[in-house]
Amino acid sequence: MTEVALPRPATGVTRPAAGVMSDPGSSGRFGEYGGRYVPESLIPACAELEEAFRDAWADPRFRRDLDRLLAVHAGRPTALTPAWRLSEELGINLLLKREDLAHTGSHKINNVLGQALLAKRMGKTRLLAETGAGQHGVATATAAALLGLDATVFMGEVDIERQALNVFRMKMLGAEVIPVTSGTRTLKDSTSEALRHWVTCVDEAHYCLGSVMGPHPYPWMVRELQRVVGDEARRQCAAELSTGTPDYVVACIGGGSNAAGTFAGFADTGAQLVGVEAEGGAAVAFGQVGVLHGFRSYLLQDENGQVTEAHSIAAGLDYPGIGPEHAHLRDTGRARYVTVGDAEVIPALQRLARTEGILCALESAHAIAWVIRAAESGELPPWSTVLVTLSGRGDKDMATLMEAS
Amino acid sequence: MIETHLRRRRSEGRSLLVPYVTGGIRADWIDYLTAYARAGADAIEIGLPFSDPILDGPVIQEASGRALRRGVTVRGLLDEVAAVRIDVPLIAMTYYNLVVHRGAADFCRDLAAAGIHGLIVPDLPIDESASLAEAAAAAGVDLTLLAAPTTSAERLAEIAAASRGFVYAVSTMGTTGAQFAASGGRLAADLRQLTDRPVLLAFGVATPDDALTAVQSADGVVIGAALMRRVLEGGTPDELGATVAGLRKALDLDAGRLPDGARP
Repeated sequence: MTEVALPRPATGVTRPAAGVMSDPGSSGRFGEYGGRYVPESLIPACAELEEAFRDAWADPRFRRDLDRLLAVHAGRPTALTPAWRLSEELGINLLLKREDLAHTGSHKINNVLGQALLAKRMGKTRLLAETGAGQHGVATATAAALLGLDATVFMGEVDIERQALNVFRMKMLGAEVIPVTSGTRTLKDSTSEALRHWVTCVDEAHYCLGSVMGPHPYPWMVRELQRVVGDEARRQCAAELSTGTPDYVVACIGGGSNAAGTFAGFADTGAQLVGVEAEGGAAVAFGQVGVLHGFRSYLLQDENGQVTEAHSIAAGLDYPGIGPEHAHLRDTGRARYVTVGDAEVIPALQRLARTEGILCALESAHAIAWVIRAAESGELPPWSTVLVTLSGRGDKDMATLMEAS
Repeated sequence: MIETHLRRRRSEGRSLLVPYVTGGIRADWIDYLTAYARAGADAIEIGLPFSDPILDGPVIQEASGRALRRGVTVRGLLDEVAAVRIDVPLIAMTYYNLVVHRGAADFCRDLAAAGIHGLIVPDLPIDESASLAEAAAAAGVDLTLLAAPTTSAERLAEIAAASRGFVYAVSTMGTTGAQFAASGGRLAADLRQLTDRPVLLAFGVATPDDALTAVQSADGVVIGAALMRRVLEGGTPDELGATVAGLRKALDLDAGRLPDGARP
């Protein structure tokens, strides 16, 4: 089925810019994916946000303020670390983009600082956020505290139990954590609940969505706020590699924000882009086209069109959909998407820890696991250069790893 | 088809009453349709349950979840509806993923084949509605659009023009079952300036008093969560029919107090 989208911008029609991973224009479409499928009550808020973001993103002062926060608060730029010992073992040249070193422990802070600064510019006083594992919730609580905003985080009851430490971190930072008791009581339902709550307070609250999903402008805006990962890595690769750019650029994918940010830095190069989904949450591999939480993309659903729950050892990949731009990158062949099962993840995490002294998050370990598999199977040519974004650090996963070992 | 019927009812001086039931909430859910029809409903809204109802509050979320746990499917519900004859128009209310999953054209044809000639999709704003509107029109199904208190005047005009059947005015910035709000009255009044299509107020209409307040500015009301709360508590089709009859009576008495053509 093809969709006909009527452009309805806040101010004048903006058209998609030419080129891969560019501005989707006012329709918010990436090919047939994306769009703005929200109740009429939220349309003005989405339109206001799009207008505000376009304005801020074109304003050098906003960019300077954000760059400064990213530097002095989040600790950017993050390092590009050559993985010497693992490279030697695998016979490839592996480079790690170290988002695990960013403040709060993952790439989530990049997006949240941008949105919090934008919210402040829009005169909002409160941030709403959904969270699964709690990383985005912690990042939102952090940015809210930094900028003097209130934060309300919606988190499924099941996740609250699994991630007690992150719940406590959010509370220490002054955020209110609201348990979500509906549906599967996980990330999918906390996102629904955040949207429902946003309807009741659009005037004072900004919905600080955590990934490249949701209604337009979120998928595009969050990718732009995360592209600092790819842009930095590109400059660092240019300094590190005689070839200038890596042969492969690899990142794990739940909703897909660290991958989108990373890919954005290399979309116009010859690098092969590889997104690694968790087998139990692989919307590209096992989903069908659908609409959820405001956007059209691949979506895990049953034979009747009911959305099914994702299951992965990595809570951050437990989302039944994938950002719409990834669906488009897959259809156009610019990026490919592969899956890794839980069983490969822990050995990969341990191998990276023991060869490089880096305990990465279970999410990031999916990307490492695919690289190990592809190197050992010969899919990666000998001594090809491979950039992997390590989206976060593994501290939050120690309880899971203790249970598993 | 829905619109012709509602316009006729309105021209008889009636305030329009559209009660809702979640399809498949109980094995005997079809009996709520017959009870509502007998009690004087002008049309009936049937919720086709979806796993992630983002515009529904706790009551209809729970009702949808309960129906899904009973194993209901759109196909099965439509088969049940097709097997009965209900004397008032039926309107389906569901989320867009179920439409996309089946394909818009097939989905609309399935509805029409089951005798359902109206469709409301709360997560499909006018900007994204072109393809479904076309499929609905081809199948003889009225695709009704929603308007909200925050909708701009320019958009209200577009929604009023593009909506079919009636215009669904969301009374409040909230989900179904929220508190009834005065903002709805202004919205309904604004819409009636823009269109002579029936304008129905929904969200938070719970009591006969709410309904009477609503019809001061709207042509009628949709009542959902207040009824479903009773159904969840075990209310039988007969009991819910009596509730709808009570609403009908309150609206009719109110209309009777006014001289012909003097409706505000």
